[in-house]
Amino acid sequence: MTAEVLPPPKISVGPMAWLRENLFSSVLSSLLTLVVGGLLLLVLLLVADWALTEARWGVVTSNLRLFLIGQYPGDQAWRVWLSLAIISALSGLSAGIYGAATRTLGASLAAGQILIAVLALASNLGWVAIAGLLVNAALVGVAFFASVRFRISRRLLVVMWLASLPVSFLLLSGLGTEAVPKVSTSLWGGLLLTFLLAIVGIVLSFPFGVLLALGRRSTLPAVRILSTVYIEVIRGVPLITILFMADIMLPLFLPGEVRLDRVLRAMGGITLFSAAYVAENVRGGLQAIPSGQGEAANALGLSTAQTNIFIILPQALRAVIPANVGLFISLLKDTTLVVIIGLLELLGIGRAVLAQTEWFGAQLEVYVFVAAVFFVMSYAMSQASYRLETAMGVGSR
Amino acid sequence: MTDKPMTDEAAVPRDSNEIIVCRDVHKWFGQLHVLRGIDLTVKAGEVVVIFGASGSGKSTFIRTINRLEEHQRGQIVVDGIELTNDVRNIAAIRSEIGMVFQSFNLFPHLTALQNITLAPVRVRRWSARRAEEEAMKLLERVGIPEQAHKYPAQLSGGQQQRVAIARALAMQPKIMLFDEPTSALDPEMISEVLDVMRELAGTGMTMLCVTHEMGFARAVANRMVFFDLGVIVEEGPPQQIFEAPTQERTKQFLSQILH
Repeated sequence: MTAEVLPPPKISVGPMAWLRENLFSSVLSSLLTLVVGGLLLLVLLLVADWALTEARWGVVTSNLRLFLIGQYPGDQAWRVWLSLAIISALSGLSAGIYGAATRTLGASLAAGQILIAVLALASNLGWVAIAGLLVNAALVGVAFFASVRFRISRRLLVVMWLASLPVSFLLLSGLGTEAVPKVSTSLWGGLLLTFLLAIVGIVLSFPFGVLLALGRRSTLPAVRILSTVYIEVIRGVPLITILFMADIMLPLFLPGEVRLDRVLRAMGGITLFSAAYVAENVRGGLQAIPSGQGEAANALGLSTAQTNIFIILPQALRAVIPANVGLFISLLKDTTLVVIIGLLELLGIGRAVLAQTEWFGAQLEVYVFVAAVFFVMSYAMSQASYRLETAMGVGSR
Repeated sequence: MTDKPMTDEAAVPRDSNEIIVCRDVHKWFGQLHVLRGIDLTVKAGEVVVIFGASGSGKSTFIRTINRLEEHQRGQIVVDGIELTNDVRNIAAIRSEIGMVFQSFNLFPHLTALQNITLAPVRVRRWSARRAEEEAMKLLERVGIPEQAHKYPAQLSGGQQQRVAIARALAMQPKIMLFDEPTSALDPEMISEVLDVMRELAGTGMTMLCVTHEMGFARAVANRMVFFDLGVIVEEGPPQQIFEAPTQERTKQFLSQILH
């Protein structure tokens, strides 16, 4: 007996069919569609009316330098654009080599810089900044095509990334020479500071958190207890408290001649805080790996370290990408808390700008701008994470 | 308790042909006494099939041989090396033993080929090229060279288990342990795995197999060992076990699985 092969049932397609099915399927549904649609339209019109006619966007454009780099001296601003250029070039190279997720981040970086350059046209930022930003955006693309065309070793790229952090930091803080004089970190601010705090926090807290997670599962009691105590204590304390302690109490414990920079202290506080949360996320991933994986690795003669590096961590970290990206997005937004220890990151600068008598009452404009910048950065990160998940889904069970 | 000093090779008296010697091996899981004094000696090149009801301790026993489970009393000597808490001894013993698991335990983030080459490259320090060449030979031996670049999730159960066998063989072990290698397989895939095991037995590999594949046992095993409640109830050549078991429990168990 041969079974009859039937075609699949017809599904109506097209915009009209979609509308009928989803929005106007019954009288009640049609009514709801009209009411909700009308309300949405009204809100949209009100917002557009405010944004296009009433809002004084001058508060953003005329203070764009402050929003971007804080009180970083204007004649030294090229150093910021140059360190951005390093990151742009490396992002472009990474996008070519790793694809998917890094491509999203690279594209966001290029688009962001173009957007700021356009905003800068209406500001007092000067042509150096505009040209620098546009060149950087182009650099992302050039580096991307270069890395697709010529094969660049991944190891070299990793080394360059690792080197780029201290190099950028030195470039920004200065060497004390004629050409690159020192710029006190107390002058750093705005998006620059937000960026630095977030990147340093993410890059350092991730490996630290992974080590803590492994430590918490260690068979050595001392390591296990120390890791557990660290994680639980940090998770039991608000970030603001840690920032206060890093700012006020750390100097009390250090010998008098050692003076840690305030920005460095904030970076340290954020890193230590975030690491405990990374550790708990990663621990979740580690627990999801069946014990058979470790047994198979042991049976093959892999050492504990090799088993972790080659078998357990690749699987565990993949499983916790969404959780970790979520954590890093909230880290990015939590950097606004450093305002409490007197650092003026993006939101802090916004409040400082509002103190200018000239822009009295322009709160809405400033906060909408700050919110938009944070949204764009967070959205880019979450999109990159979706790409990363899909790209790494190969061979998943 | 099990912390004995690393044994000098000459200090362990043995017939040069005896590759695994277990004396009075005990193991507890908490209060549960799962191995109650196992004595078993395996000669090089022997194929030993271990069978018994679930919970009889047979899987636990073969897992003590490469220290996936720690035995708490008694002595296990593999190829002249005593299994102690000394990590060097454990590493040395594991490098001589390959293991195949019921649930395959392939690494899902690596391709079939990478699953096989990982340990030779990282533990034996082979070059990637040499490891890949050897891995391809092994994949041909188990009959699936065309699947080399697929991930485990893209393979059938039988194919996965054959990759797992190739992975264990890549370390060039002297002994292979099989822990119910066909129990998780669909019926039509069992024979492809048994064929590989049969071929392996033909090459003179020392094999300890926990399995209920009685056809395989009858055809390939030199000796069969019946476990019940943590002790060896009966052992002997397959012919004797199948046709003239001396113990009542053996008879009872065989009658249950041989309908």
